Amino acid sequence: MSAPQYAPGKHPDLPAPSTLAGPLAWVRANLLSSPSNITLTLLSLWFLWSVIPGALNWFFFDAVYSGENRAACRAAGEGACWAFIGEYLKLFTYGFYPEESRWRVNLAFVLMWLALVPILFDRVPHRKYGLYYAAAFPFIAGWLLVGGLGLAPVTTDKFGGIMLTLVVGVTGIAFSLPIGILLALGRSSKLTIIRVFCVGFIEFIRGVPLITLLFVASTMLSYFLPPGTNFDLLLRVLIMVTLFASGYMAEVIRGGLQAIPSGQTEAADALGLKYWQAMRLIVLPQALKISIPGIVNTFIGLYKDTTLVIIIGLYDPLGIGRAALANTSWIGLSTEVYIFVAIFFFVSCFAMSRYSLYLEDKLETGHKR
Amino acid sequence: MKFRNTAAAAAALIFGATTAAHAATLDDVKRKGEVACVVSTSLAGFAAPDASGRYTGFDVDFCRAVAAAVLGDPNKVKFVPATTKNRFTVLNSGEGDILFRNTTETMSRDADLKLSFLPVNYYDGQGFLIRKSAGIKSATELGGASVCIQTGTTTELNLADFMRTNGIKYDPVPVETNEEALTNYEGGRCDVYTTDASGIAATRTGLDNPSAHVILPEIISKEPLAGAVRHGDDQWADIGKWVVNALINAEELGITQRNVKSKARKSGDNPKVNRLLGTEGGMGAMVGLDDKWAVRAISAVGNYGEIFERHIGKKTPLGLERGLNALWKDGGILYAAPIR
Repeated sequence: MSAPQYAPGKHPDLPAPSTLAGPLAWVRANLLSSPSNITLTLLSLWFLWSVIPGALNWFFFDAVYSGENRAACRAAGEGACWAFIGEYLKLFTYGFYPEESRWRVNLAFVLMWLALVPILFDRVPHRKYGLYYAAAFPFIAGWLLVGGLGLAPVTTDKFGGIMLTLVVGVTGIAFSLPIGILLALGRSSKLTIIRVFCVGFIEFIRGVPLITLLFVASTMLSYFLPPGTNFDLLLRVLIMVTLFASGYMAEVIRGGLQAIPSGQTEAADALGLKYWQAMRLIVLPQALKISIPGIVNTFIGLYKDTTLVIIIGLYDPLGIGRAALANTSWIGLSTEVYIFVAIFFFVSCFAMSRYSLYLEDKLETGHKR
Repeated sequence: MKFRNTAAAAAALIFGATTAAHAATLDDVKRKGEVACVVSTSLAGFAAPDASGRYTGFDVDFCRAVAAAVLGDPNKVKFVPATTKNRFTVLNSGEGDILFRNTTETMSRDADLKLSFLPVNYYDGQGFLIRKSAGIKSATELGGASVCIQTGTTTELNLADFMRTNGIKYDPVPVETNEEALTNYEGGRCDVYTTDASGIAATRTGLDNPSAHVILPEIISKEPLAGAVRHGDDQWADIGKWVVNALINAEELGITQRNVKSKARKSGDNPKVNRLLGTEGGMGAMVGLDDKWAVRAISAVGNYGEIFERHIGKKTPLGLERGLNALWKDGGILYAAPIR
C-alpha cells in the first residue's frame, strides 16, 4: 500500500491524530493523565452524582410554586417553597415604594442600562452624546425616584429591596471612582496640605469598619445635629458608602500609578505637557488599565457591603428576606430566602467580574504575563 | 462637657434651631401629620411588613392606636424600623416620636437612657423549648442537658442564675441568632433552646413538626415589654400611657372594635364606659386631645384582647396563651389604671 504522492507544498492538511485532539484526547489529558488525577476524577464524579439529583429535585422537580402558607407548601411537596418568594417578590424588588409610582423605578432601571451601554462599550454609535447622558443619569434617576418637580414626592424611607441595593451600589460605584482617582493623585502630590489631607482621609477610612461609619451616620449624627433637623438617612448612607469605597479605590489606583515607570511622566514633561494633561493622556490610562482587577474587586465588595444597611434599619434584599421570615404564616423557610438572595448577588457580581475580564482582554497591549 | 456645650451652641447658631423642638411632641406630630413610631425590623407576630409592605403585628397596632387617637387615622404612622442596637438613639434623637419595640422596661433604661416607659403591654419571660420525646416535664430536670443560648443577652445571665440556684450542671451551646439556634436545635446539637417565651413560640412554628416539641412550664425571668417615649415631654408620655390603658380598660369593660361606635353614640348606664368613650367627664382634654380619642383608638385596632388574639393568640401560628397577659380578673396581671 503506497501513500498518494503530492507535489511539494501541495500536501493537504490532515486532521490531528485522535490521540492528540478531540474530546477523547481532552478527557485523557485533563481527567485521566495520572493515577492521582484518575482518583480525583472519580471522586468528583461520585460527588456530583450524589449532590446534583437531590439539588435538582429540591430546586425544581419537588419545588412548590404556589400556595397560601408554609403548611400548604409542605403538604404539596418536599422541595423548595418558591411560593413564599413569589408572594414577597414585589417587596424584594421595590421595597415599600408606593404601588402607583413603581413605574418610575422601572423607568429608572431601563434608563440605567441605557446609560451603562456607552460607558461599558466603546463601539456604540454617537458614544459622545451617550456619555453626556450617562453623566446626567444619576440626577435623572434621583429625580425619578425621589420625585418633586411634577412627580409625586416619595420619601427615601420607602426605598428597599433590590432597588435600594442598586441605588446604593450604583451611586457608590459611580462616585467612588472619580473621588478615588483624585485622592490617589493627591496622595502623591507635591503640595504638603493636599498630600496630608489625602493620606489622613485614606488612612482614616481604611482604619474604620464600614459598619461603624454607617452606625455613626445613622445615630451619632443625630446627636450632633440640633433636634428637628432632618438629614435624610439614605443620603447619609450614600455619602458614607461612597467615601468608604473611595478610600479603598484610592489605594488600588495608587498601586497602578506606582507601576508606571517615572520615565513616562518625564517623557510627558519633555513633551511640554502640563500636569493634568500628562495625567489624563499618559499616566492614568495606563495606571487605570492595570488597576482594573483591583477596581472591580472594590466595586464588588462595595456592592455586597450594601447588605450592612440592615443594622441601621434600611431593608436591602437580605433585610426584606428576614422581615419576610417573621411572617407567621411562612416562618421557618430561611433556606429559600437565603438562596434567593444569594442568587441575586451572585448574578450581579459575576456579571461585573466577567465584564472586567472582557475589558482587560480588550485593553491588552502585550504586558500580560 | 465644655466642648459639647460649645458644639451645641455652635450648632444652634448655624441651624437657628432651639431645643424647644423637643418639648411639644404633640404639636410636632400634628404638624407633620404622622406619628413616627419605632418598631422592630422584623419579629414574628410583633412587627413585620407583610407581602404588600404594610406593617402588621402586636406592637404595630399600638402605634396605630396612638395615631388614631391623636390624628384620627390609624394609617398616619411613619414606621421607623430599628435594631436592638439603635432603637433608643433613634427615639432620643427625635427621629421617632414613640417606641413600641418589644423592649424590656428596666431601671437603667428608664433613668440612664432617659426614657419614659408606658404601661407594660406584654409580660414576657424566659422559657425553654425541648423535644417531647425527651420526656422532661420541668426545667429542674435539665441536669446534663446541652442548652442553645444567644450570647451577650440577658437570657444568658438569667440561665446561669437559674441553673446555679437549682444546682444544675448544663452544657451551654452559644449561638448568635434565633435562626442559628433553630438550625442547631433542629440538628440536635442542643437538647434545649432558651429565650423569651414569645420568641420560643415563634421558633417553634418554624420547626418541621411543631407538635413534637413542648415549652416547659418554668418562666425564669421577668421581661415586662413596654412602649416608651423620651424624657422631657410629659404630655406626650401621658398620651401614650393612656392610649395603652384605654385599650386594656376597653377589654375589661367589654368594649370591642365592633360595638365601640354604638356604645359611644350616647351616654350609657356605666360611668366607666362613658368616661372612656368621652360621653362624660371630658377626659380627652386633659391630655390635649378631644373626647373621642379612645373611641378612635379602639375602633382602629380593637381592645387589648382583640389585638392579642389577632397577632399572637391561640388562633395564630404563634399560638400564645394569654397567661400573665390576661386581665387581672381572669387570672392574669394586666391591671390598667382607671380612666377617671
